[in-house]
Amino acid sequence: MDITKLTVHELKQKLDNKEITIPEIVSAYINRINEKEKDVQAFITTSENEALEKAKEIQEKKEKGEITKQYAGIPIGIKDNICTKGTKTTCASKMLENFISPYNATVIEKLENENLISLGKLNMDEFAMGGSTEYSYFKKTRNPWNLNKVPGGSSGGSAAAVASDTVPWALGSDTGGSIRQPASFCGVVGLKPTYGLVSRYGLVAFASSLDQIGPITKDVEDCAILLNMITGHDEKDTTSIEMEKIDYTKSLKKDIKGIKIGVPKEFFGEGINQEVKDVLQKSIQKYKELGAEIEEFSLDIAQYALATYYIIACAEASSNLGRFDGIRYGYRTKEYSNLRELYKKSRSEGFGSEVKRRIILGTYVLSSGYYDAYYKKAQQVRTLVMNEFNKAFEKYDIILTPTSPTVSFDLGSKSENPLEMYLSDICTVSVNIAGVPAISIPCGVNSENMPIGMQLIGNKFCEEKILNVAYAFEQNLNFREKYKPEFKN
Amino acid sequence: MSREDYEVIMGLEVHSELSTKTKIFCSCPTTFGASPNTQTCPICMAMPGTLPVLNEKVVEYAVKAGLATNCEISRNSKNDRKNYFYPDLPKAYQISQFDKPLCEHGYVEIEDNEGNKKKIRLTRIHIEEDAGKLNHDEFGGGSLVDLNRAGVPLIEIVSEPDLRTTEEVEQYLKKLKSILEYIEVSDCKMQEGSFRADVNVSVRKKGDTKLGTRTEMKNMNSFRSITRAIEYEVDRQIDILEEGRKVEQETLRWDDVSGKTFSMRDKEDAQDYRYFPDPDLVAIKLSEEYINQIKENLPELPESRKERYLDQYKLSQKDARIITSSKYLSNLFEEAIAECNNPKAANNWIISDISRILNEKEIEPSQIPFTGKQLGELIVLIEKGVISSSIGKKVLEELFKEPKSPEQIVKEKGWVQISDEGEIKKVVQKILENNPQSVADYKAGKEKALGFLVGQAMKETKGKANPKILNELFLEELKKEA
Amino acid sequence: MQVSKDELLHIANLADITISEDEINQYLINLEEILNFAEVVNKAPIEGLEITIGANERKNIFRKDEVKIFEDNEALLKNAPTKDLNMFKIPKVINT
Repeated sequence: MDITKLTVHELKQKLDNKEITIPEIVSAYINRINEKEKDVQAFITTSENEALEKAKEIQEKKEKGEITKQYAGIPIGIKDNICTKGTKTTCASKMLENFISPYNATVIEKLENENLISLGKLNMDEFAMGGSTEYSYFKKTRNPWNLNKVPGGSSGGSAAAVASDTVPWALGSDTGGSIRQPASFCGVVGLKPTYGLVSRYGLVAFASSLDQIGPITKDVEDCAILLNMITGHDEKDTTSIEMEKIDYTKSLKKDIKGIKIGVPKEFFGEGINQEVKDVLQKSIQKYKELGAEIEEFSLDIAQYALATYYIIACAEASSNLGRFDGIRYGYRTKEYSNLRELYKKSRSEGFGSEVKRRIILGTYVLSSGYYDAYYKKAQQVRTLVMNEFNKAFEKYDIILTPTSPTVSFDLGSKSENPLEMYLSDICTVSVNIAGVPAISIPCGVNSENMPIGMQLIGNKFCEEKILNVAYAFEQNLNFREKYKPEFKN
Repeated sequence: MSREDYEVIMGLEVHSELSTKTKIFCSCPTTFGASPNTQTCPICMAMPGTLPVLNEKVVEYAVKAGLATNCEISRNSKNDRKNYFYPDLPKAYQISQFDKPLCEHGYVEIEDNEGNKKKIRLTRIHIEEDAGKLNHDEFGGGSLVDLNRAGVPLIEIVSEPDLRTTEEVEQYLKKLKSILEYIEVSDCKMQEGSFRADVNVSVRKKGDTKLGTRTEMKNMNSFRSITRAIEYEVDRQIDILEEGRKVEQETLRWDDVSGKTFSMRDKEDAQDYRYFPDPDLVAIKLSEEYINQIKENLPELPESRKERYLDQYKLSQKDARIITSSKYLSNLFEEAIAECNNPKAANNWIISDISRILNEKEIEPSQIPFTGKQLGELIVLIEKGVISSSIGKKVLEELFKEPKSPEQIVKEKGWVQISDEGEIKKVVQKILENNPQSVADYKAGKEKALGFLVGQAMKETKGKANPKILNELFLEELKKEA
Repeated sequence: MQVSKDELLHIANLADITISEDEINQYLINLEEILNFAEVVNKAPIEGLEITIGANERKNIFRKDEVKIFEDNEALLKNAPTKDLNMFKIPKVINT
């Protein structure tokens, strides 16, 4: 039995049956990290020793009955923009290379409360800005399906680690597709929850009105389990929603007969790769066979949403990243003769080029003379996008689209062209603009055996329905049995 | 042309710290004077990933201030980010309010010594967070950042350019300060920086209708420095215009030591604050019910107290104005009356002796150490003849030194008045024997000599002899000798 | 949307970022491309639409005015590059 190949719900079963122990699980993962990390490079920081010690401690306490949490002892990987007290939180930036958070993010408190064990912090695009994880200051993470290709981003480390079995599951963050797109590139499951469902407290802000933390997992059931752990109202985040706690595993196995799925034709247009379209069409066929009612419709917002996304996200980022000034924490330039120089040099040397590009774009659209033309318009377009989604959800339970116009691409092939990189977010950003939830699940591979992701979008707080519809498809396709990452060189 | 040919136009931006227990967006305490960076947390230190949560009292206090200054309260309001870099601003943006302040279109009424009234219009009152403090590093030659004050809640009260003289500015600030003290939303301690005013000044030739270019002055920390700064800046602007040059719009920093203003920012560094709505905070929507509830619970304001004093206690316009100008004086007055039921005496004590001592000691009414009840007790002691009014003044001095019950002070000091005729008679006879010349003078018609003799007797009794009895006995004895 | 070099430098200055001479042209091209694309928002049918600030419509979320002390004060200053007397040390600032 290879422990690291198991899903979390399978691990739990083995733990419950006393077939394995927690230290055995953690050791298996540490071995797997030692074996695969040199090729995949998903981690910024690993905490192997701490994890092993914690595993022993939890195993003991569990045996004594002092710990009763269902998933106690299960390891996890954390995207490195989520603050963990006492260990480094770098955001994959030189700016925070040595930063140690004085507090835990709310989601980390929740995971600790579940007695989960962190295996380390995972690579990402610097400050979550990017779609390939190539903008990390530290390393370029590889796609486990083909090591010459990118894992996607910005949560590329999280997706690659799950796909290469160096963590059983992971947390990512999604501002414009940063969970779903890497999940799709790496052939795993990634969910961006409804804005406000998961507390943002302790997530280093990129764009405050768009950011959400979410699970990246091997399968849909694990996704529901991890979502259960991280949701819930947090008084530290005023945008966090107060609602009754839902058990997302409950409705997974419901029959999806009669479920109405809308397929927006604009998301299958000329910008979308033919192989992606073909696999998606087959998936739609599969849903028909499962009894879902499929209807094509028009949702002509993708272009507007993408432009709006880059205006709003960069504007908010330009302000959110002002605090990195080299005074209280973070990188400080070596030589400076006055305060202004300290600021300018620290920021210019501490941030990478993509981060600076976005700060400058954001500063530009907020500056006097341009605010009305860009930022204000973008906020109006945001209303438009929300209205259009509301209309669609009056007719459909789920909207089905590709997650990304293409499969994973070669390292270095897009990182020099920012606009091209931005355009590849076309399928995912509207979801963040509208604040609705969406999942990406693998639905097939292309001719080169690279995974293709399908995005299922639901109305606000309809995660249960999304997971149900995703689960039905997953059980039918059996992707994990059929296709496996090959670590091709 | 001379200075008299110009008119001065001023508007004020007053920042007042709200006296909440915690900061505006986190639960850190706001106590003044704590050791550096000990009243901080990840939120007010702007650690990555932290989020603000608005303190409900800040909204309540700002609405109170708005209602007390005749403002309209906005039903829909929000918080905006004002972006700029400065080491005392850890997030590199200040959470403030831009286009939807909590309160708008108010006014306060000021009054000069002659009782002439004038309305000063308020443009708006909004909530925002205070910045930290930069301290000079004595040894290292750098600056040191202390963030205890970062995130302390402020209201900014912006007036229309309705002020014309330094006197009006002072009356306006005192009125504002007194209103905020009455409604108990701010301590208004100028010396601690919890009540600060920036002054916008422009000048124009009398008769002109167009406003001149204005400058904004900061860093004045007393009424006196505000007056000095305005006088300096008005002279500077008039000199520039008289030389045929143009006043430049800029922000100036007042330096109290040199008595000059200095330009604060490089000209090329034109500020663009890039205000935008803070996505971390949700909208503020105030209901009629909420606003009405605050309105109903608003304490009595100085204006209405003044009217009541005129009507109920028959105080003079001037006295009523002085007493109600400070919540502390007014409360002292009312507490004293509750004890002694003698408004006239309480009024006199406050207007003359207490005001004189405040002046001498250069302290504010808020620093009066004793209670109104103790002042009332003092008045009762005099009324009952237990002490004379001259002993009363000494008791007051003691109350300023160490506040305790006046009766106890009198007892401890042995200041109880001697009203026993036999005892006083002995003193009178002794004084008469020792001062034959004065007696002779009196008899020769010099009535002043009586005063001297009474004074000697008072000296002998250390001021404790009942002056009425003393006087009567002297007259009696002098008559006898005739 | 044409962005001039001066404009770019002004914006960079507002953001307290220095752009080196050889980066300027690259930034100008990037910025122009992205802004041209962003022009799409001007073609969207948004007549009469209100602005949306956040992704949900919550309102009046306040905190009680109750003191909570953050215990680990030391951790707050631990990351500072330079400090003195429990304060962050920076080059001398004149206009305080």
